[in-house]
Amino acid sequence: MKRLLIPLLLTAAFPAMAQDSRLALPFTRFTLDNGLTVIVHEDFSTPMVAVNVWYHVGSSYEKSGRTGFAHLFEHIMFEGSGNVKEGDFDNLLEGAGGSNNGSTSNDRTNYYETVPSNAVSLALFLESDRMGHLLKAMSPGKVDGQRDVVKNERRQSYENRPYGLAWQYLATEFYPKNHPYNWPVIGYMEDLTAASYDDVVEFFKKYYRPNNAALVISGAIKTEEARKLAENWFRDVPAGESVTRPDAPEFELNGVKTVTVEDNVQLPRLYMAFRSPRSYSPGDAEMDITAQILAGGKNSRLYKRLVYDLQIAQDVAAFQNSGALGSQLILISTARPGVGLDQIRTVIDEEIARLKATPPSQRELQRVVNQYEMNFLSQFQSIEAKADLMNNYFRFTGNPDWANEDLARYRAVDTGDISSVTATYLDLNKRLMLSFVPKGSTHLAVKPAEVKP
Amino acid sequence: MKRQIFLTTLSVLSLTAFAQAPDRSKAPDPGPIDPLKLPAAESFTLSNGIKVHFVKKDQVPLVQINLIANGGSIFEADSELGLASLTADLMTEGAGKRTALELADEIDYLGIRLDSWSGQEQMGVNLFAPVSRLTAALDLMRDVVLYPAFSEDELNRARTSKLVALGQQHDEARVIASQAFNQQIFGKNHPLGRPSAGTEATLKSFTTGNLKAFHGKIFTTGNVTLIVAGALDPKDLKTRLEAAFGKLKPGRALATPKLEVPVFKPRKIILVDKPGAAQTELRIGHPGVNRMTPDYYTLTVVNTILGGSFTSRLNQNIREEHGYAYGANSRFGLMKNTGAFLAGSAVQTEVTDSAVFQFMKELTGIQVIREEDMTRARNYVALSFPSDFADVQSVADQIGNQVFYNLPGEYFNTYTGKILGVTRDQAIQAAKTYIRPENLTLVVVGDRAKIEAGLRGLNLGEIQILTVDDVLGPVPNL
Repeated sequence: MKRLLIPLLLTAAFPAMAQDSRLALPFTRFTLDNGLTVIVHEDFSTPMVAVNVWYHVGSSYEKSGRTGFAHLFEHIMFEGSGNVKEGDFDNLLEGAGGSNNGSTSNDRTNYYETVPSNAVSLALFLESDRMGHLLKAMSPGKVDGQRDVVKNERRQSYENRPYGLAWQYLATEFYPKNHPYNWPVIGYMEDLTAASYDDVVEFFKKYYRPNNAALVISGAIKTEEARKLAENWFRDVPAGESVTRPDAPEFELNGVKTVTVEDNVQLPRLYMAFRSPRSYSPGDAEMDITAQILAGGKNSRLYKRLVYDLQIAQDVAAFQNSGALGSQLILISTARPGVGLDQIRTVIDEEIARLKATPPSQRELQRVVNQYEMNFLSQFQSIEAKADLMNNYFRFTGNPDWANEDLARYRAVDTGDISSVTATYLDLNKRLMLSFVPKGSTHLAVKPAEVKP
Repeated sequence: MKRQIFLTTLSVLSLTAFAQAPDRSKAPDPGPIDPLKLPAAESFTLSNGIKVHFVKKDQVPLVQINLIANGGSIFEADSELGLASLTADLMTEGAGKRTALELADEIDYLGIRLDSWSGQEQMGVNLFAPVSRLTAALDLMRDVVLYPAFSEDELNRARTSKLVALGQQHDEARVIASQAFNQQIFGKNHPLGRPSAGTEATLKSFTTGNLKAFHGKIFTTGNVTLIVAGALDPKDLKTRLEAAFGKLKPGRALATPKLEVPVFKPRKIILVDKPGAAQTELRIGHPGVNRMTPDYYTLTVVNTILGGSFTSRLNQNIREEHGYAYGANSRFGLMKNTGAFLAGSAVQTEVTDSAVFQFMKELTGIQVIREEDMTRARNYVALSFPSDFADVQSVADQIGNQVFYNLPGEYFNTYTGKILGVTRDQAIQAAKTYIRPENLTLVVVGDRAKIEAGLRGLNLGEIQILTVDDVLGPVPNL
């Protein structure tokens, strides 16, 4: 095997982690006449194949009064199509040893199967049938059925979970009303109730077209075989109009916004959100690293102070919630009993100010970059993770094999960049502070508090 | 690496093809499978007697090393509840010459994962590292396993954290339901019915001496096994492991405590009141069997039909047919010498009684199994088996289970055949033997005011009302 050295910002004595050509994602890409992009990646480690379809539509494409529709539609896609009767999508796959699922985000919806290598044709038959012939089998009854399931998904994952509604507030209170990230992907109950059969027809015709999708086949299959199967099954799917992607206004948070929510919880928890760069845009990798320097691992600035030294918090974490149309850097910390959230906020403010004034040490930075490298390498073990990654890179960069370029973004960051993006984006006068407090304990919230029921 | 774009040739092909739509009249038949070829595990013994099992897996330069031990919460005395978990937590809070934060700094700097953990009947230390950094990583793993510091300060900090976490359990209907279920099935004082996270009283009583003694009892040469999967050469591996674990304290394997086998009881409902809950958590089950049961393969197929897959009857009924929940499932929890059968879901408050009724219908109806149910379930389990060997972590987990439960050497190579060999008669017999509708305990955690009347209307048996504090105890004082 040929080894190719990837330059690393590491000390000479420190062995590089991934100096192997296997970090690459070799692929073949072709486009069918109907506009469907097909990407094939061979990996014969296990006799299994991952099939992964991205439709370039998510909750940010929803119209007003129909929040949650992209996700509800995802559910409906599993309920049968022109040549697959209701229930058979899963019956056939499980009968062949396959598993499947799907997910919806602000920007895209994905569908995926893992099948034994002999059942790729079955998986592509099923995917192509719902891409081409969904409406032949659609009925108002199917919409009603999945509407109830999705409402229960909302109850289970948001309403009956402690702090579960925080994610809704982080959308509604952070993004302006005219921004397509202003509502939660799961949607509101009343909008789910309003969703109709006609909406399904309209959404399918507009967005579920081969020219608005990409298919990755990754695993134990020869490229030529995968190509033949993809051509066979998808060739009769008609192309649609080209899709206009939603636009979002550039915006700034106007000052400090505090929101307080009383919940069935024992401990108060603070969510702090700042505006940060859109995914893959300049500053994005720097902000990912900054989040980790602040609150990733026991030696991060905030974890060390809040959890180890002062012991006023039960936990603290930070990450970017990134999207094509906007991103947030979110800090979350749960207070110990009796501790007010203003005490936590003060420490966070001090650490942000310190990071602005003085760059982190080289070791702090390298610690984070090394963990990113390991996460990359770890993902490369999985045909499913690679398939989704390739679809992700294809959607956002145009190149399915963008892994080395992606990792290079993190390796290129220097300590001065961290102070610089901290100064630019973590403006203490422009942020959302969301306090979740036990019922009757609004005095523990960050002040001034605008109390919400 | 090649990045070809075949646009030109392709459009010709596609145009020809377009005239003729694919035959969608029936789903393609997959035909014969390409079986998993798993490299055999190599087993050897270190000079101090530690057993090692290694599987080569080298498509990505990574390695997983799991040191597993007989240990965990069932090894605790009644006065020691939570000690196994606290001991495991403290093992990575300072070890060798490094303080807690120095150790964490090294681990993060290497980009590795090094975790100490405790379950019910096993505990251990897991390392996930790139091969290129294995030397430094193994130095840290050695310190964590052999020389944990168990400092007073870290104990006090971790103790408070555990006490706070006990209080947070009161927020989580899922946790309340699981804890109540275990108490009902095994008894509040049974090692599997006790709170494995400890109690306010036990957590406050522990000294660093307790932790050191528990650690010393579990981490000995005869009581641990090393499981390794990754891109390594076995000779090189042996040298590395000798250097890392050669000085582990000598000792013999600890016998897994014989647990009292729970008895089947008349059916009853335990209603735990959680006012204002948006959903009701259901846990429905009764005593089960252990992992050594000869009916293991049959039960796996039966459970797949009942609640172990998306197309299972419980999920189809509760989710797809009625829309009562986001999903419903069941499982046989199998341990070395006991186990439990359990079905569950989180259902909409307003339909709690209807959902319970449907659960009862499926738990009774599982005694009728059709040949097509069998085919789909057998195939689903058997043919997806290679996915359990996709990465070094899963391979190590699989080998670890084989070793811990003394499964035969040919276990992996015969697994697919044994699952495919389960007959319908065997499945029906197992369903009748192992799923007993008249002996179910139904734990229901939800808003009593809204669900009690409906539950009573089902006439399923006695209803006992509990508060969250009855199940978890009061929220601890710090």
